[in-house]
Amino acid sequence: MSKRSWGLWLLFGVPIVVFVVWALWDNYTLFLKTFLNGLTLASLYFLVASGFTLVFGLMRNVNLAHGSLYLIGAYIGWYVGEHTGSWVLAVFAGFLAAAVLGLLMQLLIFRHMQGQDLRQTLVTIGLSIVLADIALWIWGAEIYTFDPPSWIYGSTTLPLVNKFPTYRIFVFVASVVIGVGLWLMLARTRIGMMIRAGVDDRGMLAASGVNVQRVFALTFAIGAGLAGLAGVVGGTALSISPGEDTRYLLASLVVVIVGGMGSVVGAAIGALLIGLAEQFGLAYAPTYSVVFTFVIMVVALAFKPRGLMGKNA
Amino acid sequence: MSAAKWRRAMNSSAAATDLSRASRGTPVLHAAATPGMSAQAPAEAGSRSRDALRAIGWRHAIVLAFVLAYPFFATPFFTFQIGAQALALGLIALSLTFLGGYGGMVSLAQMTVAGFAAYMLAIFGSSSNAAISLGWPWWLALVVAVGLATLVAAGIGWLSVRTEGIYTIMITLAVGVAFFYLAQQNYTVFNGFQGFSKVSPPVLFGIDFRSPMAFYFVVLACSLAGYFLVKHLIRAPFGIALQGIRDNPRRMQALGFNVTAHRVAAYAVAGFLAAVGGILMVWYNDRISPGTLGIGAMINILVIAVLGGMKHPIGAFIGAIVFVLLQNFAIDLVDRERFNLVIGGVFLAIVLFSPDGLLGLWQALRNRVGNSISPNRGAGRIHR
Repeated sequence: MSKRSWGLWLLFGVPIVVFVVWALWDNYTLFLKTFLNGLTLASLYFLVASGFTLVFGLMRNVNLAHGSLYLIGAYIGWYVGEHTGSWVLAVFAGFLAAAVLGLLMQLLIFRHMQGQDLRQTLVTIGLSIVLADIALWIWGAEIYTFDPPSWIYGSTTLPLVNKFPTYRIFVFVASVVIGVGLWLMLARTRIGMMIRAGVDDRGMLAASGVNVQRVFALTFAIGAGLAGLAGVVGGTALSISPGEDTRYLLASLVVVIVGGMGSVVGAAIGALLIGLAEQFGLAYAPTYSVVFTFVIMVVALAFKPRGLMGKNA
Repeated sequence: MSAAKWRRAMNSSAAATDLSRASRGTPVLHAAATPGMSAQAPAEAGSRSRDALRAIGWRHAIVLAFVLAYPFFATPFFTFQIGAQALALGLIALSLTFLGGYGGMVSLAQMTVAGFAAYMLAIFGSSSNAAISLGWPWWLALVVAVGLATLVAAGIGWLSVRTEGIYTIMITLAVGVAFFYLAQQNYTVFNGFQGFSKVSPPVLFGIDFRSPMAFYFVVLACSLAGYFLVKHLIRAPFGIALQGIRDNPRRMQALGFNVTAHRVAAYAVAGFLAAVGGILMVWYNDRISPGTLGIGAMINILVIAVLGGMKHPIGAFIGAIVFVLLQNFAIDLVDRERFNLVIGGVFLAIVLFSPDGLLGLWQALRNRVGNSISPNRGAGRIHR
């Protein structure tokens, strides 16, 4: 490790350690609760941002309609959950609905404008306006909540923290499982190999006889599906209402900027940083909590313009 | 990713304003070195003012006469709600056209800069919230607000030029949304959800600039000044260098241009324009609240710029007029609540079928009918 990076670690590490020690000494229950809440939020952010980063890494497509996919997935999941009474089915429905929508977007629009980054992004902006308005039209401005099954509802007694909602622990575990699954898929399977090869060099992948369009469509479907799944999972943890799409779009943007575009590990690190910063900001400095998120982004950009895990050109 | 791929990716995003013409990698700098591509700019002609006069066509005279006479035959509603609002929005969109069309950096934070200027005017000047507003004289508050907003824009620029191409749009969007949430959450400086009201234009020389006609002329003067500033800048060495950087930053770097400085300066200029537009917006609305600079408003500026077309400064104003007309009269065609669907649909149609916006449609129409009156227009990558 070079001298400069030691300096950086000291510069950011010492204040954080001082804060942690002070907060633990001051009120350890609050600190630990905030920490766990931060982990929950980070899990949600990771679920949304991993799809975003996957799509960006492979297709250079900044999908600004990603938040809309989250919202649509959540609404359709809610509809299915309400009519079948099964929360698990709702999660599947959210995943499927968003995946199909993403697949349609890729097949009908984006594959016809390959390589035109800005135009694709503008199209996703247009789509997000239209989708948000259609969702508002169909589902109105009400706030919807899910009823999760009883085995993840209620609270669990943890050491030191006392009672903590079981569902939040479940969200964390689920996102770790999904994250590990995603990593295994990318690192160990043939499809994952193709996706990684496509991230590194699209042209070479096509030249070696792989149907790139199919890989693209599959990746887009998975990425969109993850957003829809996060919609149901996150909608259960909080609630769903118009405007949530923007919130999660911002979160995934910042997470991906901080973590590095196209890297699932980067998305995990970024989500952890942003989720914790947001919760600690809310607990300890309520009116400035957004500033923490912003400062993390600025610092990351200043020292690592391509994000913490981003590859250099 | 290999360096060659990166270059291609960057080039394609920089050239995205020029989608239909795949003139990627053509030696555009030669075009800069050979002036006089169109009759508008014969370099060897001696007096500049004569040039300027010759460049004025009958179209310009008609448009100028129309905008000057407009408030005298239009109703106050049309003067104020349509005319003044469209011009003020157009000025903010113009800053994006300058940045995106000529600098190749599509920033979504222009509305944020405008909103920041508006907030600063409310905080330093006078508003209904006497506890926060400092109550400085309006001209001092105005200068401070525009100056600070320009600085902030340069800061946003410095931040976002650290990465290139398509990343810009993400970073500026994140910056803008973060500022929106800050303004909404913070009550000590930004007064939270309510914001500030009664941020009125001053009464000068016995003229109340809140009255529709007087306000219209203030907005018109600012818009014309902004339009001609951009027109001048894109022909000045700075603008030419900026367009060179848009097309091929590596080559410009090799030629000895400071790419980062040019880009940050472009952000500062665009920030200044947006700040003036923001001041006009706050005077128009008589209030500023987080909703004015929310994500919808940020995207609306992009919609306006793209709708009009980013290849010429006038596109921003055309886009703004169409946008404001749609906003006010789409209600009659569809449900009041469905405005976003209409504007989103129009925007999608434009992006999908005419990437150069309404100006591109007009150009295509003219080429078909008039069999290309001026073949050079739009063919070269340096727009004059």
